[in-house]
Amino acid sequence: MKKKNISITLNTEKREISVLPNELLINVIREELGLTGTKCGCGMGQCGSCTVLIDGAPVLSCLTLALSVDGAEITTIEGLESPDGTLDRLQESFIDNSAIQCGFCTPGMVLMGSDLLTKNPSPTEDEIRAHIKGNICRCTGYYGIVRAIKNAALR
Amino acid sequence: MGNTEYIKPKNLNDLLNNKKETEGRGAVIAGGTNLIPQMQEKIKSPEFLIDVCDLQELSQIKEENGMISIGAGTTIADIASSDIINVKSPILASAARQLGNPLVRNRATIGGNLADASPAADTAPPLLALEAFLFLESEGGGQREVPLEQFFTGPNQTVMKANEVMTRICFSEPEHPLNGGYIKLGLRKAMAISVVSVAVMLDVEEGICRKARIALGSVAPKPVRAYGVEKNLEGKELNRDVIEASANKVTKDISPISDIRASAKYRQHTSSVLLKRAILEARDRGKK
Repeated sequence: MKKKNISITLNTEKREISVLPNELLINVIREELGLTGTKCGCGMGQCGSCTVLIDGAPVLSCLTLALSVDGAEITTIEGLESPDGTLDRLQESFIDNSAIQCGFCTPGMVLMGSDLLTKNPSPTEDEIRAHIKGNICRCTGYYGIVRAIKNAALR
Repeated sequence: MGNTEYIKPKNLNDLLNNKKETEGRGAVIAGGTNLIPQMQEKIKSPEFLIDVCDLQELSQIKEENGMISIGAGTTIADIASSDIINVKSPILASAARQLGNPLVRNRATIGGNLADASPAADTAPPLLALEAFLFLESEGGGQREVPLEQFFTGPNQTVMKANEVMTRICFSEPEHPLNGGYIKLGLRKAMAISVVSVAVMLDVEEGICRKARIALGSVAPKPVRAYGVEKNLEGKELNRDVIEASANKVTKDISPISDIRASAKYRQHTSSVLLKRAILEARDRGKK
């Protein structure tokens, strides 16, 4: 197998990287690019902790080939805050609403919350729960997470 | 994941050439939501991965001359949110909304769902009820249309040849698109491989069933049409007794097995129950 060069826009920065054909996006993000906010939970697309945005759409990076995203805009959890370090309203809301325990599911949950609010500025609880169906939390029981997303909509 | 080579065709022509040149050792990869896990578990080990996820020409949903045409590379999310699909074939939109989870739906494609050919494939029962057919193309102008009911030959087995690529899924616009029902029974609300799924399309005139198309998933080695139930309904008045009696006959059209999700007996029983509900839904939807 030979490495191939690809260009991506990672959290608004243009990057050139060299990857093997069988490399998965999650590994490139965490190891090659050093962004460990994105987590590898199950490694098989069931838990959602590997959630990233590709061209604005949330996907499972553990099931995405790195070569597949040549030319795309990738947004990881690190890309949500402003360049000056100001947290996104969802990040603030998660902190304020006790929506974080171990934190492993949090990046995925925050990104899904962000995605939902982009499409639906004032979602109902049912709509929030439907949107995070692909993200598993073992700690919180989801109530704080749902409340955090609902309250973020009001900020 | 095992070693593999990666090819990214720029258009359909390149794709068909790549498929031919890789001589059966190349697998088309779209969303990868089935294929990547299969490769990780060594169920599949293609020497080449031919990536179609950016091919715009394979991901169009069109409505022309009474035909709906869906590119095989169309994501499940796009199908779920498509105005055309929600208006003209709501049972397909409903199935799309229940497949996997929001993350999976953003990458998984309708072509991948069908080509993987699980007996539980979520889009299969609605497409069978819509009497869909597939376009299979190959290099050098090869093209054949295969009715979906002839496409599956067994669990994860289809009639596709090594040099063929599925390009489109088509069906005639139903006369009464609202007269449909779709129910998926799973063990949880997301990421559920269905225990039983049912899709119904009806043509009803003054209470009489003129045409019934019924399909079920997860109750046979492949998604199946319930021809016996269809014949039993056609020409009859759709009252509760007729519907119940017909739904109970579904056991003759299916051959479920016992597996980790449910027993064969449970599937036999719930097929009739869900079918009755889906027929009622199809009958009553759109009534003012």
